[in-house]
Formats: sequence, C-alpha cells, structure tokens
Amino acid sequence: MAAVSAWRGRLEETALAPIRRTGLRYWALVAFLLAVLGWGAYAYWTQLRDGLVVTGMRDRISWGLYIATFVFFIGISHAGTLISAILRVSQARWRTPVTRMAEFITVVALVCGASFVIIDLGRPDRVLNVFAYGRWQSPIIWDVLAITTYLTASITYLFVPMIPDLALFRDRLAGRTSRWRGWLYRALAIGWDGTAAQWRSLGSAIGVLMILIIPIAVSVHTVVSWIFAMTMRVPWNSALFGAFFVAGAIFSGIAILIIVMAILRRGYHLDEYVTEKHFLYLGYLMAAFAAIMIYANISELVTHGYKMEEGVEFHFRQLFLTQFGALYWFYLLGGLVAPIVIALLPWTRNVRGMVAAALLVTMAMWIERYVIVVSGLRVPLMAYPPADYAPTWVEWSLLAAGLALFALLITLFTKVFPIIAVWEVAEEGEASTAAPGTDRRAVPETMELAGGTGR
Amino acid sequence: MDHDATGRAIAEPGDRRTREPGTAAGGPRLGRRRLLRLLGLGALGVAPLPVLPELIRAAGRDEPVQGTGDPARTRDGRIRQWVMIIDLRSCDGCQSVGQPPRCTAACIEGHFAPEPMEWIEVFEADLPGGGTQFIPTPCQHCQNPPCVNVCPVAATFSTPEGTVLIDQDRCIGCRICMASCPYDRRFFNWGDAPVPPESLLADYSPEHQVPVRRGTVMKCDFCPDMARAGTLPYCIQACPQRALYYGDLEEDVATNGRALVSVSRFLAENQAERQKEELGTKPRVYYIPGHGEAVGRDVFTPGREPTEWPWMERAAEAVTWQR
Repeated sequence: MAAVSAWRGRLEETALAPIRRTGLRYWALVAFLLAVLGWGAYAYWTQLRDGLVVTGMRDRISWGLYIATFVFFIGISHAGTLISAILRVSQARWRTPVTRMAEFITVVALVCGASFVIIDLGRPDRVLNVFAYGRWQSPIIWDVLAITTYLTASITYLFVPMIPDLALFRDRLAGRTSRWRGWLYRALAIGWDGTAAQWRSLGSAIGVLMILIIPIAVSVHTVVSWIFAMTMRVPWNSALFGAFFVAGAIFSGIAILIIVMAILRRGYHLDEYVTEKHFLYLGYLMAAFAAIMIYANISELVTHGYKMEEGVEFHFRQLFLTQFGALYWFYLLGGLVAPIVIALLPWTRNVRGMVAAALLVTMAMWIERYVIVVSGLRVPLMAYPPADYAPTWVEWSLLAAGLALFALLITLFTKVFPIIAVWEVAEEGEASTAAPGTDRRAVPETMELAGGTGR
Repeated sequence: MDHDATGRAIAEPGDRRTREPGTAAGGPRLGRRRLLRLLGLGALGVAPLPVLPELIRAAGRDEPVQGTGDPARTRDGRIRQWVMIIDLRSCDGCQSVGQPPRCTAACIEGHFAPEPMEWIEVFEADLPGGGTQFIPTPCQHCQNPPCVNVCPVAATFSTPEGTVLIDQDRCIGCRICMASCPYDRRFFNWGDAPVPPESLLADYSPEHQVPVRRGTVMKCDFCPDMARAGTLPYCIQACPQRALYYGDLEEDVATNGRALVSVSRFLAENQAERQKEELGTKPRVYYIPGHGEAVGRDVFTPGREPTEWPWMERAAEAVTWQR
C-alpha cells in the first residue's frame, strides 16, 4: 500500500509540476511564439488593407495555402477522437497517459483550422452572414455546422474527464497559487468531491460522449472533403473523398500526437508515464493508417487513370511529372511508404524513429492537402493556358502564425490544466501493480458501471 | 471500457455487490440515475447549439436580395426567359477588325469591369482537324447552376427570368462558387482594381454591378435591366459581325440587333449546342457550331488581339493582377 500511494503521489506531483515551476525556457518559447504570431498579425493586417491581392491566389486558382492549411488543421484535430474515443471504446488501456494531450490537440487544432477559413475570406467583416443567410444546401454551411458541433463536443469531451483532475488541482493547490487559478479550478471542478455517485455519473457521461464524438468526428472531415467533391472539378470528382479525408485526418492526427508527446515528455519529464511503448504503439497505428492511405490512393488513381477522361491526363502529368511532381512523390514515398518501413525495421523501431516518421507524415499530409487543393483547381476548364500558383510571403507568414498559435495554445494549456489524466493513469497503474482492496472505495464502482455500459 | 477489466481483476466482494443493478437499493440509485441522465442530456444538448443561429436565420428568410427589378413579362403576363445565342459561324474573334474582341471591350466599358475581368471572354479553341475557332463565353446562366447550389449565403441566386446574379453586398468572398463553376466564368475582386471615378457614383444593383466591391465575386449579369428597358446588352450591340443574339425563350424570339429569329427554329435548324452539355448544368447560352466561315475567316489563322482595359491611366495608385 505504501508503494502504491508513493507511486500515486509521484504521479500527482508530475502532473502538478508544470503549474508549480515555470522556467526561463518556457517564457522564451512563449515569447518566440508570440513574435511569430505578431508577424502573422502584421501579414494579416497587410491582407486586410490591400485585399487578397497580396496572396498568390487568382481567379483560376482561387484557393491555395489557406484552404490547404484549414484542411490540415481540421485533420489533425482527429488525434483526440482517435486516442480518447476510438481507443477508449476498444479498451486499449495503454492510451491513458496520452489521452489528455490528444484532447488538447483536438480543441486547439479546431480553433486554428477554423481561423484559416476566416483568413481566406474576401470579406471577413461579413462572416456573420453565414448565420444570417446560411443555406442548408451549401457544403460551406455543412462545414460550419460540423466544425462548431465538433468543437463544442470536443471541448466537452476534454472537460468532463478532466473534472476529477481539476478537483485534485483545486485541493492540492488551495492557497498555494494565484487567486485566479484558485478560482478557475474551483469553478471548473464543479463541486467534485469523489463520491460514488459522482464517479458513476462521470463514467456514464464519458461513455455517452465517447460514442457521440466518433460520428461527429467522421462527419467533420467528410464534409470538409465535400467542399471539394461537390464541385465540378475533375480531380475532386470522387465518391471516395470523404473516407479518404477521414483516413488522412486520423493519420495526420496520430503524427501530430507523437510529436506533441515527444516534446511534452522531454519538457515536463513525463518519461515514467509516456514510455517508448506509447510511441511504438502509435507508430504501428500510424503505419497501419499509412497502408490504408496507400490503398485509398491506389484506388483513386486507378479509377481515374485507367479511363483517362477529359482533364485526367493533364492532372496526372502535373501530379507525377511536372508542377507537383516533387511534392507528390515526397508525399507518396516519404509520407506513406517511409512510416511503414520505419515501423518494420528493428533498428528504427524506437522513440527517435517514430518521431522522425511522425515529422515526415505531418509534412507529407500538409503537402497532400496543398496538392489536392491547388492541383484540382489547376486543371484548365476552358481553352486557356494553365494558371500557376505560388504562395506569397503573406501566406507563408500566416501559415507560420497558424502553427505558432497551435503550439502556443498547447503550451499555455499545459501551464493551466493537467497534461496527464491523473485519475485514469492512477486507475491503470494501481490495477497493474495489483494491490487489491487498499484505498479504492469509490473508483471500482465507476469502473463496474462504466464497464457495464461499455459492453 | 477499460474500467471493466481493471474492476474484474480486483474481484472484491464489495465491488461485486455494486455491480448487480438489481440488488442495489432503490432510493439513491434513482437519484444517481437522474444525475446521469442530466449529464447525458446536457452533453447532447450542448452539441447542437450551433444550430440555433440557423433557426434564427429561418425566421428572416424572406428578406429580399437588394436591387433586382420586377421580372420582365410578355404581353400576356408570362415571365420572360432570357437567352443568348452565339453564332460561331460569324465569329472571327474580331480578326477582320484588327481590334480586341468588341463584345469584351463593350462589356468592360459598359460595366466599368476592372482589369483583368472579361465577363464575356473570347476563347480560342483547337478544332479536331487542326486550326482554331473563337468561342465568346459569357456566364452560361445555368438552369442547374453549380455556383448557386454551393453558395453558403445565397449571395448568388437564380432569378425568375432564368438568369444567375450575384449580390456583392452579401457575398462573403469564400470563392466556393469559383471552384464549382465549370466554365471559369467568375471573377474575384482580389484588390482595389482601377476603375473610373464616375463608376463610384452609380446606383449598385446585382443587375448592374457598379461600383466594384473588393473581396467579392463578379460575373456577367446578362443585362436584364437593359433588356427590360428595351436595349440589347453591350456585347450584342458591339459585335461587328452580328454573331450574338439575345432574346426570350418564352416568346421564342431573339435578335442580333438587325435580324429577328425564332429561337426554337434557329436552334433546331442549325444544330445548336451548349457548352459541356454532359454536366447537366442546362445553360441559357446556345452556340451554333462554326469557326467564322460565314465572315470569311481562315481556320488556320490563329490569334486575336489581347483585351485592353481603359482604366489604368485614370487610376493613379491602383493595383492590378493577372488572372
């Protein structure tokens, strides 16, 4: 029993450490990210002043980096759903230490992704027209609905399992932290005191949410793909698009999760909880999704390429040989084949290898989105020479700012909220150390009831 | 859920008791159950919150799009259905005139269209046996318009007269209509394009898109305001070869400013086509196949004069861009 409580104490201290101590390096990082954001704000101000003419987009290639980045961010938001909902449903217990990070990523990525749609608008001042005059028939409205629903659901899904940990923070930090923090934890813990009834309610709520969030997440990336698939462009004319985008979303979500895990593990000394096993399992999962992506690409390319209908030859040439050749081959080989090879080879099957694979996948998936958007619009519709598109400094700056916003929000989150799901890890740890019937009065009841609904 | 397995691993007698739902005491269980239900319903209730503004919108649905006039009617009260017929046999891309296509030029000047917009654009397409043909291409005014289908805010809409218009006061500039238009007939105001100062005094309406509004989409509006007033659209008036006809499907007449034709007979007798018929967009612009042979054009003489916009020298600090 002593061993167990010492272990649990260490766990709680690890979770509390980011809040108790803030080093110089942290502030340096925040300052750097703020500087990038400031630069992005300047770029956006330029765009507001002069119009979208400061971007590389024009009439014939009327979407570009912004829309690609929007799709990319919405994609990586699927990290949370995968880890905390799909893996929770399938009872993969190893996921517990990384659950919270995945849920952070989901919420933050959605916020970043949504902001890129606004950045892309010609008239951001009229964005509320979407609510005033929205038409159900428009894929954009499907997106607005799906993303706002997903954001609401994922904030709820981040918050609900965090309640016991917030209560822990409230109790452990009472009087030992700033006033606003004390108030925040008191408010957010909504009176949690760990009674059996509360545990039971929590288990049920999580059970409902985790089922609910899976179809929402699938719908989100499906309708994102339908923005493209509902138009009359040859390369986008595919019934596979929805499923293809969802697979790609989960794929890139895993990659981002691996990267965030690696950074937080090093930054906050989480080695005891986020172990090599987590990197390997997620790496295997990523390799499996790479295989799905390869399959999806083959079926997409073959059904288009075999028949070579109008415009397809042009599209294949720009994809494999000319305009997008380098990007597309990098995506196929570096983004889809390499993660499988890395997962297969014994000497790359380690943390470093998986992080490298994750970086490759993240880059490749951004490139994939970029190529899908730009190449789809580049196929000429009429008798005109194909247009070209290259992002300008404004667009690159806003991409950098978007990534900085993503990193900054995660960074700030880690200083306010528990980055490890303490009670879930504790349950897991105590079960595996198997010290039966010590001080686990309330917890098992939740488990039983939640287990009952899960089955 | 993973809790289940952990719980079973412990297998405490005490735990097992709570596991049996039937054996638990009635009173507190009911309370808990209500709490659970509340939590579940709460989660369910929060999820569709974003739908609320949609419901609010539904109440204000009838708000009219600004500035479209009453539809033109035939003498017996039927709404006119505007149509354009382009006789490609008579179009030589203004090669014989030695000037940029006059239809495009007249449209630009009449609408103060900013550079580089060509609401009616004369494309030069290869003929299957070699040589080229010129295809003046305005907005096709589809009866199943992909752009109208995808617009999130109904800023682009079909009218009773069968035209497709854009309200630049509502457009949010998302450009999904440009992605979905299969004819490349939509143009975006990427910046503050050069326009003559007098255009700023015009009364804006979706039927007369002057002055331009930055960050919104524009295109050919089929000039229904002019047709109602009894004049032909700028492009029809300006064609030196009288290749362009404008008319009304309902009364079955069209004119190029000189001759009057029966639309149905003219189309049927001349193997009329529509662009990309296979897409099912049902355009209101018909083409009589040809390559300028009626005005003596040689198919192997390619090229036309590039379009010009007369506004540049008038606007000092204006920006411009390429398509």
